[in-house]
Amino acid sequence: MNQSEKKTLAETANRVRIGILDGVYNAGCGHPGGSLSIAELLTYLYFKEMKVDPANPKATDRDRFVLSKGHTAPALYATLAERGFFPVEELKTLRKIDSRLQGHPDMKGIPGVDMSTGSLGLGISAACGMALAGKTAGKDYRVYTILGDGESEEGQVWEAAMFASHYHLDNLVAIVDWNGLQIDGTIEEVMNPTPHNLKFAAFGWNVISIDAHDFDQIEAAFTAARGVKGKPTAIIAKSIKGKGVSYMENAVQWHGAAPKEDLYRVGLADLGLTPEEIEGRFVKNG
Amino acid sequence: MADKIATREAYGKALVALADKYPFVVLDADLSQATKTCLFAKEHPDRFFDCGIAEGNMMSVAAGIASTGTIPFVSSFAMFAAGRAFEQVRNSVAYPHLNVKIGATHAGITVGEDGATHQCCEDFALMRVIPGMTVICPADGPETYLAVEAALKWEGPVYLRFGRYAVPEVTAGDNVAPFEIGKGRLLREGSDVTIVAIGYMVHLALEAAEQLASEGVSAEVIDMHTLKPLDAELLLQSAGKTGAVVTAEEHNIIGGLGSAVCEALAENCPVPVERVGVRDTFGRSGKVPQLLEYYGLTSSEIVSRAKSAIARKK
Repeated sequence: MNQSEKKTLAETANRVRIGILDGVYNAGCGHPGGSLSIAELLTYLYFKEMKVDPANPKATDRDRFVLSKGHTAPALYATLAERGFFPVEELKTLRKIDSRLQGHPDMKGIPGVDMSTGSLGLGISAACGMALAGKTAGKDYRVYTILGDGESEEGQVWEAAMFASHYHLDNLVAIVDWNGLQIDGTIEEVMNPTPHNLKFAAFGWNVISIDAHDFDQIEAAFTAARGVKGKPTAIIAKSIKGKGVSYMENAVQWHGAAPKEDLYRVGLADLGLTPEEIEGRFVKNG
Repeated sequence: MADKIATREAYGKALVALADKYPFVVLDADLSQATKTCLFAKEHPDRFFDCGIAEGNMMSVAAGIASTGTIPFVSSFAMFAAGRAFEQVRNSVAYPHLNVKIGATHAGITVGEDGATHQCCEDFALMRVIPGMTVICPADGPETYLAVEAALKWEGPVYLRFGRYAVPEVTAGDNVAPFEIGKGRLLREGSDVTIVAIGYMVHLALEAAEQLASEGVSAEVIDMHTLKPLDAELLLQSAGKTGAVVTAEEHNIIGGLGSAVCEALAENCPVPVERVGVRDTFGRSGKVPQLLEYYGLTSSEIVSRAKSAIARKK
């Protein structure tokens, strides 16, 4: 990947992070930590890897994405908005009574959302179904899903892992967002699901371990996955929960909490907004 | 004596018979020999996917398949399809209103000797309460075929309930209305009491009506094959005429047909209702005729309840 492309992707990922913060702040609630940790992964998927068309979000031959860790919807929405599926301005309506941006992804109401998710463990199975249907129908689309590391404590994740391997779903890539934190503490403290690499390998998957914030490594992993035949690929992506917002990084309390105005301002500054740009967010219309 | 066939068997045959007309796929969770999806698997191995003993995953996989435009039939025992995979049905299938058809067999106590863990008398309640879910339980073999085809043509999730135990044909007559989802079928006209039955209990309702007739009581019998959406129009019309209702189902009297009928009548046509069903208890091992007797799922129980309902008329 050349430097200019990497710079463009990094700028996009930064705007995704700003969108996450805008959404969660305006909602007064939501899940910023695990949203910020997957900004590069989603940016790469929607701007480089996946064959999608915002003008035709239901195209039958499109690549598909399932956010199995559905509570990090703010990241998906911000990415979809950046990609042109709906206006970026709409991110501020997150979780509001008259908004289509539900607290967790709703495929019926939101353009670009391929599967409704939110209950952990279900998304990866749905992704398996999409991949199986694609293979059965002779289509060459690919299916991607992002799981939480804590999510893999759900038994269904391993039912799905068995299934994907059994049916040789080499058109499926599951990415584990290994940020190390879940609501009640570190994943090791709560119910240690590691080592993900050895577990997925034992279930018959091709496994690649990367830094979730490094576009070169992300690209190398997705490119390698395309070359693997006969088995699905798991990308174990070591990430920083809350990445990019100083006070949220590796801080478990930001799993499911929204910043008040003062910290929202700090976060926007962390993401490179000028004082004028930050002030502009508080100007009332009319 | 009319032909007897278990509705699970009729289901398996219907899948085979409809395979060339509709491009659906079939999933099962290591029970294909019992659910009879094995019949389809044998004919169409490329369209059959065994998911192993993992019903939750299977249900969400079905949602993923349906999202691509292919209809999946998902089969397991009612206990596991509606019970084990309840949350996957609700969140993966029903919330996005995906076109998944759930073929649940071995419902109710007619499972027999396997006993309580496998005798699901709660699935009507579990499935009926999910928004947008259609719930169907055919009375016999011919109705099973019609229900399976209707489900294929229906847009959205459908829960189809089938039994393990053979039932006689009761809906094949020329005078029976065509099968339509959401429309009950009037099997016998009467004026003193309405018996609303579903699934295995329909043929017993007809037997009960015969018995009542011999005692000078005129009973109307409705085959309410679609539990949801309930045919309130037919129900209210009949209840308004007879002024007394008996429900009959191979399910807990809580949450199923009895409840649905009471809800509709209480709001629109409050008449005495008596419910025949499993009386809020678990099943047990035994031979099917013994179990039917033990739990009061008999024509004589329907007769007795019909008389009680009539006696309560104002």
